[in-house]
Amino acid sequence: MDAVVNWLLMFLPRAIRQGVPLLFGSTGEILTEKSGHLNLGIPGIMYMGGVSGIIGAFFYERFAGDAYIGWLAVLITTLSALLGAAVMALIYSFLTVTLRANQNVTGLALTTFGMGVGNFFGGSLAQLFGEGGSLSVKRTSEVFCKTLPFADDLGAVGTLLFDYGFLVYLSVAIALVVAWFLKKTRAGLNLRSVGEDPATADAAGINVTRHKYLSTVIGGAIAGLGGLYYIMDYTHGTWSDGGFGDRGWLAIALVIFALWKPASAIWGSFLFGGLYVLPAYLNFGDNRSMQYLVSMLPYVVTLVVLIITSMRKKREHQPPASLGLPYFREER
Amino acid sequence: MSEYTPVPAIELRGITKRFGSVTANKNVDLTAYRGEILSILGENGSGKTTLMNMISGIYFPDEGEIFIDGEPAVISSPKDAFDYKIGMIHQHFKLVDVFSATENIVLGLNEGGKYDLKTANAQVQEICERYGFDIDPTKKIYTMSVSEKQTVEIIKVLYRGADILILDEPTAVLTPQETQKLFTILRRMRDDGKAIIIITHKLHEVLSLSDRVSVLRKGEYVGTVNTAETTESELTEMMVGQKIELNIDRSDPQDPVDRLVVKDITCVNRQGVRVLDDVTFTARSGEILGIAGIAGSGQRELLEAIAGLQHLTEGDIYYHDPKTGEVEDLRNKTPLQIRELGVRLSFVPEDRLGMGLVGNMDIIDNMMLRSYRKGHSAFLQRKAPRDLADKIIDDLQVVTPSAHTPVRRLSGGNVRKVLVGREIAAAPTVLMAAYPVRGLDINSSYTIYNLLNQQKQNGVAVIFVGEDLDVLLELCDRILVIGSGKITGLVDARTTTKEEIGLLMTKSDVSGGEPNE
Amino acid sequence: MSEKVVKKHHREPLIHITKRESMAWWKAWSIRGVAILLALAVAGVIIMLVSDLNPVDVYVAMAGGNFNLEDPSQTRMMWVTFQKVAILLCISLAVTPAFKMKFWNCGAEGQTLMGCVAAATFMIYCGDSMQPALLFPLMLLVSMLAGALWGVIPAVFKAYYNTNETLFTLMMNYIAISLVAFLEIVWESPKNSAKVGVINLFTKGGWLPEINGNRYLPVIVTVLLVCILIFIYLKYSKQGYEISVVGESQNTARYVGINVKKVIIRTMAVSGAICGLAGMLLTSGINHTIYPDAVEGQGFTAILVSWLASFNPIAMIFAAFLIIFLQRGAGAIATNFGLDDSLADIVTGIILFFIIGCEFFIRYKINFRHSKKGGVD
Repeated sequence: MDAVVNWLLMFLPRAIRQGVPLLFGSTGEILTEKSGHLNLGIPGIMYMGGVSGIIGAFFYERFAGDAYIGWLAVLITTLSALLGAAVMALIYSFLTVTLRANQNVTGLALTTFGMGVGNFFGGSLAQLFGEGGSLSVKRTSEVFCKTLPFADDLGAVGTLLFDYGFLVYLSVAIALVVAWFLKKTRAGLNLRSVGEDPATADAAGINVTRHKYLSTVIGGAIAGLGGLYYIMDYTHGTWSDGGFGDRGWLAIALVIFALWKPASAIWGSFLFGGLYVLPAYLNFGDNRSMQYLVSMLPYVVTLVVLIITSMRKKREHQPPASLGLPYFREER
Repeated sequence: MSEYTPVPAIELRGITKRFGSVTANKNVDLTAYRGEILSILGENGSGKTTLMNMISGIYFPDEGEIFIDGEPAVISSPKDAFDYKIGMIHQHFKLVDVFSATENIVLGLNEGGKYDLKTANAQVQEICERYGFDIDPTKKIYTMSVSEKQTVEIIKVLYRGADILILDEPTAVLTPQETQKLFTILRRMRDDGKAIIIITHKLHEVLSLSDRVSVLRKGEYVGTVNTAETTESELTEMMVGQKIELNIDRSDPQDPVDRLVVKDITCVNRQGVRVLDDVTFTARSGEILGIAGIAGSGQRELLEAIAGLQHLTEGDIYYHDPKTGEVEDLRNKTPLQIRELGVRLSFVPEDRLGMGLVGNMDIIDNMMLRSYRKGHSAFLQRKAPRDLADKIIDDLQVVTPSAHTPVRRLSGGNVRKVLVGREIAAAPTVLMAAYPVRGLDINSSYTIYNLLNQQKQNGVAVIFVGEDLDVLLELCDRILVIGSGKITGLVDARTTTKEEIGLLMTKSDVSGGEPNE
Repeated sequence: MSEKVVKKHHREPLIHITKRESMAWWKAWSIRGVAILLALAVAGVIIMLVSDLNPVDVYVAMAGGNFNLEDPSQTRMMWVTFQKVAILLCISLAVTPAFKMKFWNCGAEGQTLMGCVAAATFMIYCGDSMQPALLFPLMLLVSMLAGALWGVIPAVFKAYYNTNETLFTLMMNYIAISLVAFLEIVWESPKNSAKVGVINLFTKGGWLPEINGNRYLPVIVTVLLVCILIFIYLKYSKQGYEISVVGESQNTARYVGINVKKVIIRTMAVSGAICGLAGMLLTSGINHTIYPDAVEGQGFTAILVSWLASFNPIAMIFAAFLIIFLQRGAGAIATNFGLDDSLADIVTGIILFFIIGCEFFIRYKINFRHSKKGGVD
């Protein structure tokens, strides 16, 4: 019994930590998709968010020296992550909204570019400044990793609920805010109508272009925080090339799993996080290969959900009706 | 508010609107007062919808003036129309499917204060009670019937404070019971002091509902009469005008035999509406069978059902093979299965670039659409289609830079020629053509008429869906009239009159009310 | 008349965008050419900033990353470049039929990897024991079948349930990658290395034979052959014609009696099979081993190459060359300056942005308010 509890106390926090980048990513992607844009550039945007954050921290650490202030470091790091991700999303929206480019192609190009920029600066920044070694911002990372002060005094509950850096709580908060925004506000209603039926939204006097831009850019910025969390908290401020891996794609898959509901993305991301790290916490004995079969799980689960939703055809569970289609008022 | 105001709520003076070379509205005058229902009556293409779109800010008139409450008004967008308290209910609803009624109603509004769905629901409920709408504000649009969706559209404009309401063919999609309900509501709104304009072509509705009727014909304003002082035949005459001699050569059918026997077919669309209701008729070889009817009365579905593109819930379609004498049932066969039975059926669909042709392909490749399967080779034979393309370009005087030009770049008339040419080239035994001359100039139209006549003389059973009654009268041998998916009459084209067809067309349900089945 | 409505004058907006009817092919390609030049200039500036090279040297260095400029008789580098072009081209050709049908096959990565798996299986279990005359045809067939299988699964769901193929094929990639990671352990050599290692290193069993002592040619020749075949298939075959019709309008396809479901499934089988072929060339002809990253993301790049070339197989040769040239060129510069080789991805991304953006000017016309009726083509 104790063994199970101990295992869970090891596994669950790890699943949650693993799920946080996914949650940021899918919350951002949900917001984007609600405007009718399937942004396959999210993986690139998340890379960009991560690398912009670490660059911000790197420069602040270099130039602040002894005058280093923790909260300022966090602020600068977070702002630069948001900025980097938002600029990427802006490129995407300029190409797909204003220039009406194909969303899939643009998204894939953005991912190529974002991963390139991420890995390049992550891998070369230290080199460019003649410091050598891999890029590392331990000092700022420690601030990001700071847990709630009373976490250690609360035993298991503390470990499960309070032993995380602030970005973990932020990810849940943002998901809840986006859920509330989409469901309960007038602006959310208008945004959803743009993704469902832009012609109707247009006729109702809603500025379709502005909604598409705003939701794509804000969505991108939120996704960028996922990259930031990964670098500053999950890997403790050290960049490793390609380390972020396929989490961006998983975040997009999670959107389907959550049926375009940010609130469902919260538990969905922790579940996916769990599935993602599960192989490392299972004892396969001599059969090491099994862990890779288990690592298929998140993808297989996503496929099953995708198939079931398309078969059930329940209208509330379908993607926004105009997802992926460009809107041109004068289309014949 | 309820007393009669002598100042018109809306007045149009000398409105003209052109689209390229086509004049959709020419010098139209119109007035509507508060507290009355005005009908705008006219055939298809008489410019009713264009006129109303100018009032609701979708189009901007080329000439003329609009006055609201006696003041000159500029309406250049739907938003301007809202500001003038004008609300239009389009034929094609603009509603978000996955939203509830209320969500659609408040969509895009910038009311101050907190967004509160509950309050909004209550407000919608209040409007419903005031006018007698029967709708659940929280119901999702995709679960609604067409009539409920229309109700939502009406509430939407009322919620936005409209007091001039324009309804475009509001009864086209409704059952008789729903129509009666709608009329009750419209009368109630009239008594509430609103100006109501309904666009229609159904005479009995005009007579039973409206206070005054304005008639348009071919884009021109014919006149306005008080409903109480007019008759059905006067209105019909105003609507269809005098018969025009066209001088289309018409030969007598040679030994007509039954070629296609359509028996009791019924077709239900996705919304559950019976778009074809117990339709029975026979098309004979060597004659042209015309199909007349208001647009959207089931003509499209009828032809598609014969071509194997619509699922029939009831009925049969029998094809009498002229070579073997055998009879084949085409019911619910795919187009390919029909072809494989040896049925030579050609079909010129209404939607030429969405169905008949591929816009991005050139004329040659479009020629192949019907014939590319020929032969056992895995590869395409482009020689024959190329010759055919050249022949059609020559014979039908298609204006195109070359046979390699994508058909999307041709003008509407030339696209139609390409399509008709291809379908005739397939040497059909049955030729169905939906509006084959729409958008064509006089000369091209006659080219098509002659082609159809040639086919008839060759013994083909020709089915011609047309909208110009003059043409139907002079081209066809018999004319089948369809209204709301039902056959409302079958007349001899040589002896009938425009008025007779006009009356049959506007008869939405068979009078006498014989129950189906 | 309580409140007066503010009068507005009807004014045309400053910029009015309309769809172009069409554009002469040479005009369209010159717009694309200008976009590529602009992109190269921007990429050059970026590389200049991070590497201290002057602009001209940037491009010389790029060429140096693809061809041995100092000693042109040393052809190895050139062959490797061409071989890489060939693999990218092969996958780009594979995704093209699906794209013409407007089926977003983002699963080329996985379909290719499945081809690799099939080829590796044959190399490991039959490489030394089976007659080459039997081995290679069988290996080819099974690799193509494996790729086709991976392509047909999403196609079936698309055809019958309209399941979103973009996301479906993306997920299939990762399932394939996990499968390879699993097989890596099953086939690991030496024990506990978690790597497959070069298969049949000494016997070269199952290695694609050399042509004239050139081990690059087999792959290159095969892909050129595929290129011609796909060109013919799309342009001159009945199936290729059906693909175009379904891609343009499913309504028209039904009207002329095309079985749309069948065409979707068949086309994805073709698409997947060619990916499978690319996988076999990769494993049996180049890598002689298998690992999860064997396709190196070319499955995604291929989508962009196919799109860049406007789905034209011949133009695709140049598009694939352009991308490989940039990737290898930027990679070489990065290595020379001790920078990360992801520089290549940045440059690729920039090129793509420019070309994606320029399509707008090919498809739409911008009319300014005062220019009366912008010219007609």
